[in-house]
Amino acid sequence: MMPSPDSPLVVEDLDVRIGPVDVVRDLNLAVGRGEFWGLLGPNGVGKTTLLKTFAGVFEPERGGIRLDGKRLDEHKRRDIARRLGMLPQHTHYAFDATCLETALVGRHPHIKPWARESRADRDRARDALADLEMLELAGRSCMDLSGGESRRLALATLLVQDPQVMLLDEPTNHLDPANQVTILNVLHRQVTEARKSAVMALHEVNLATCYCSHVLLLYGNGEWDAGPTDELLTADNLSRLYRCRVHLIDDGRQRVFAVAGGFDRRSGE
Amino acid sequence: MASAPVTKTLIAWTGLLLLPPAALLLAASWGSGGWAWPFAADEAMQRVIGELRIPRAIAALVTGALLAQAGCLMQVLLRNPLADPYVLGLSGGAAAFALIGMSFGLSFLPVPLLAFAGSLLTMIIVFVLARGRGPWSTTRVLLTGVVVAAGWGAVISLILATGSDASLRSMLYWLMGDLSYTGLSAWWLLPLAAGVGLLWLRARSLNVLSGGELQAALLGESARARFWEIYVIASLLTALAVSLAGAIGFVGLIVPHLMRLLVGADHRVLLPASALFGGGFLVLADTAARSLLGPRQLPVGVLTALIGVPLFLLLLYRATRIR
Repeated sequence: MMPSPDSPLVVEDLDVRIGPVDVVRDLNLAVGRGEFWGLLGPNGVGKTTLLKTFAGVFEPERGGIRLDGKRLDEHKRRDIARRLGMLPQHTHYAFDATCLETALVGRHPHIKPWARESRADRDRARDALADLEMLELAGRSCMDLSGGESRRLALATLLVQDPQVMLLDEPTNHLDPANQVTILNVLHRQVTEARKSAVMALHEVNLATCYCSHVLLLYGNGEWDAGPTDELLTADNLSRLYRCRVHLIDDGRQRVFAVAGGFDRRSGE
Repeated sequence: MASAPVTKTLIAWTGLLLLPPAALLLAASWGSGGWAWPFAADEAMQRVIGELRIPRAIAALVTGALLAQAGCLMQVLLRNPLADPYVLGLSGGAAAFALIGMSFGLSFLPVPLLAFAGSLLTMIIVFVLARGRGPWSTTRVLLTGVVVAAGWGAVISLILATGSDASLRSMLYWLMGDLSYTGLSAWWLLPLAAGVGLLWLRARSLNVLSGGELQAALLGESARARFWEIYVIASLLTALAVSLAGAIGFVGLIVPHLMRLLVGADHRVLLPASALFGGGFLVLADTAARSLLGPRQLPVGVLTALIGVPLFLLLLYRATRIR
């Protein structure tokens, strides 16, 4: 794929290894505006590491990333943070700040070191909390939150940072369906309406079919597949990806992938 | 609804701004020589106030402010609200060097200078040993510091066990924190204010760093460099404080906590609030230490703990927003 002005994130000839694991070999990818990429693969295949490499906080073996046409290592960290943000898999809060303060931290790369957040910054933080249905928690301590609230707060911080490229490491992990849908709807709006670019690691294949325009599949030996969701997400590919049998169930309205473990509780075989 | 926090903030800051001058006034008026209103004292009392009480009170103010700032920084650095300025062994190194000076009668080297050298040496040892090739690791720094501190503890015990009885009392006082040999002119408040001002420029970065290295890098900080920078600044502040007054416990731990309860966790308000309260608090404690049982003097570190422990426990008990 050739780098184009419409692809804020371009991956060139990338080799990533972590210990003995080949995450990807010779990965070439262009993530365009308005594209929502799903990053799928079994546990331990290096999805988090790959996202960190895209964010410039993990060194690849070979190749590189271009952000807005310029190599990542030629950007200052602060410039990267204005254009690219990442929702880490875990957020741990050590001190007792309010949710509003925590979300406001996302403005950090946009404000001069000595300046304070403006009213516009505060409004932006409130809007992000409101989008994630947690405005009423604005004054609550970030240490008093449930799992779902904590995840939504981390995402609010990312929305307040407002980068063009959003890297999302399992944003819906451990969340109930209502929380999953809230978060993914917000992300989807960001991508389609604000023309952002997103790459999201996740385990729920069916969420990928619903929300992602493209997918990147990591097979665990350095091999990968990338392309539009409808072409790549087939029962065969998924069976190879997860090394277990995956069926497609299509009722005419929705396509759902189901894992068939080869065992039926009712028949006992 | 919206006005309540504003009023609370206003009251808190009025109190914080009034505390240091009020404490200095009390320190000038009260001592083992009795009470005297500084503006209407006779000539002898004027000299006591101007040459003894005020310089010592200024030293207490500076030391308290330094310790409170260093405590805030160490807590961010180690991402642990239990960290205090001495956790990485700086006071141990200072104490070992100071006690060696006292017990071998190295009178040509002043104790504060020895203490400062001991802290700096510890800072360098921990820095070199904890600086691996991998990412910044809180655990690694903490472990290195705690083990180095334990080593200094053994050296201190050895000196105390083998030292002469004559020097034992002054050594014990030094270990508990003591301002009786210290005096600073009021000019020292200027570099202190400048230092607080400079730190304040970095305060928003501290908020970002308290989210950890990954978060800090993703929000545009060169996290590793910034962490080492905080380490060096916090160590220097602590080394200065220790060389002024020995190892005064508790101020660096409880003042940041109290201020978080009072003004919140944003370092742009937490740092100045801690400096004001830490300074004022230590002036009050030192005034009590030299006046309560006068003419006998108590080590101020004992007073900071005796006042600080119940105060802290009371606030912790009443607080709804801390863990």
